[in-house]
Amino acid sequence: MLSVTRIRQDFPILKRKINGHPLVYFDNAATSQKPQIVIDAIKNYYENYNANVHRGVHTLANEATMAYEESREKIKKFINAKSTKEIIFTKNDTEAINLVAYAWGRNHLKKGDEILLSVTEHHSNLVPWQILAKEKGAKLKFIDIDKEGNLDLNSFIKNLNSKTKLVALVWISNTLGTINPVAKLIKLSHQNGSLVLIDGAQYVPHQQTNVQKIDCDFLVFTGHKMLGPMGTGVLYAKEKILEEMPPFLAGGDMIREVYLEKTIYNDLPYKFEAGTPNVGDFIALGTATTYLNSVGLLQIRDHEKKLTLYTLKKMSEIKNVEIYGPSDVNNRGGIVAFNIAGVHPHDVASIFDDYGIAIRSGHHCTMPLHQRLKLTASCRASFYLYNTTDEIDCLLNAILKVKKVFGVK
Amino acid sequence: MNIYFEQIIDLYQHPRNFGRLKKPTVSHEEVNVFCGDKIRMDLGIKNDQIIDVAFGGSGCAISIASASLLTDMVHGKKLALVKKITKENLLQSLNIELTPTRLKCAWLSWEVLQKALKKL
Ligand SMILES: Cc1ncc(COP(=O)(O)O)c(C=O)c1O
Repeated sequence: MLSVTRIRQDFPILKRKINGHPLVYFDNAATSQKPQIVIDAIKNYYENYNANVHRGVHTLANEATMAYEESREKIKKFINAKSTKEIIFTKNDTEAINLVAYAWGRNHLKKGDEILLSVTEHHSNLVPWQILAKEKGAKLKFIDIDKEGNLDLNSFIKNLNSKTKLVALVWISNTLGTINPVAKLIKLSHQNGSLVLIDGAQYVPHQQTNVQKIDCDFLVFTGHKMLGPMGTGVLYAKEKILEEMPPFLAGGDMIREVYLEKTIYNDLPYKFEAGTPNVGDFIALGTATTYLNSVGLLQIRDHEKKLTLYTLKKMSEIKNVEIYGPSDVNNRGGIVAFNIAGVHPHDVASIFDDYGIAIRSGHHCTMPLHQRLKLTASCRASFYLYNTTDEIDCLLNAILKVKKVFGVK
Repeated sequence: MNIYFEQIIDLYQHPRNFGRLKKPTVSHEEVNVFCGDKIRMDLGIKNDQIIDVAFGGSGCAISIASASLLTDMVHGKKLALVKKITKENLLQSLNIELTPTRLKCAWLSWEVLQKALKKL
């Protein structure tokens, strides 16, 4: 069991009042809040050992480099990668996907090849592939979903063929909350000779990740959704694949020897990290993983499961509220998208804000999924370790308030 | 901050000039990139005067109420006058205070109108 009361004390922002009400933060799928030790890690870095990494011999440079590389080690452990050579730091999840599309895609795709995605992808796992496909004359194929928003396995198998070079899939849908059975899909893809990229933006922060177990070729995730600072993204890729890939961005740090006409690239992972990195924030991301481990990922998942179950049960008792996504919380992360009949999600979110409740409204960067569901927009509440059932009661109450304002029965 | 006054809810639930014109002189649709909401406006113009107007689309209470008010404001007006309507004029008739993101909702219909007029 989580001691949520104790955990909440670690997050200074949770003391805030919004419009006279205690903040109820249910926009965790957009970004998580940060515990004091993460904020302190950034402060400590800038106050005590700020220096550029990998290039100085002075004390500060050594300390900064050591802390930065220690953070890489922590992240390697957090997802159980084999080696820190497989951990590449990027700006965010989006940049990590673009890195793969650019450095791997441009060298491995040819005319007529196919990339298999799902209709639930976040725009960041769709647009880079659209651009790549257009450039290469390749084709995008899409796995459909069933009525509850689970991936349709038949649609997956039907679309997987000898032309499929890459399967790029979201692990947990940021709109429906669906947990995709990635281990099984990766196995089938590998049997077909396709590589697999998993978008772990909504999974890695909330559940125990083991890249060796699921055997993905690429995993991307983003630090700001897992208690870490913004501007910290991670690309995991198997060492062998990274070795064969040309660099993404070019310049300092990614080189070994430079001559006027040619350059010998640096070893992994530095080959893919050009220029001065976001040192302080990545150190703080390492601290965030320490914090998450101290609470326990299994406990966090368990807690979110309870919150989700409670929400689904209570919300479905309210008339004229439509809920999207799987009904079985075993297949669902702590994300609940819904609509109140006749009320636009923006208006719902505005009224919620009057009561201090932060939710997301709109298409959540999944326009094609909304089109597939025949919706223009939805409301989304998403949970994390510091949320409580009392807060969910606030949300349920606020739904009643919205219905009253708009005269919904 | 309460912005959901009766007038707004009423305009949202019973928008005026909602629908399509059979033969619009000009028609334009815009999407609010922030949320995907869409507003389309059809204008029927004769002798530099808007003789008929209709709008459609999907949006929040603020964007629909605002489009409803704007279409009322321009109906029967000379184009020269319509071109003088500012975003602030529209906000005044909405008579609510909005945060920057919600201002985009209120202004969407105004932008649609401006772009429609540019097509003439
Ligand atoms: C599933 C998914 N993929 C990708 C992203 C993009 O993350 P970022 O904006 O940090 O690049 C998000 C979050 O916005 C997401 O939920």
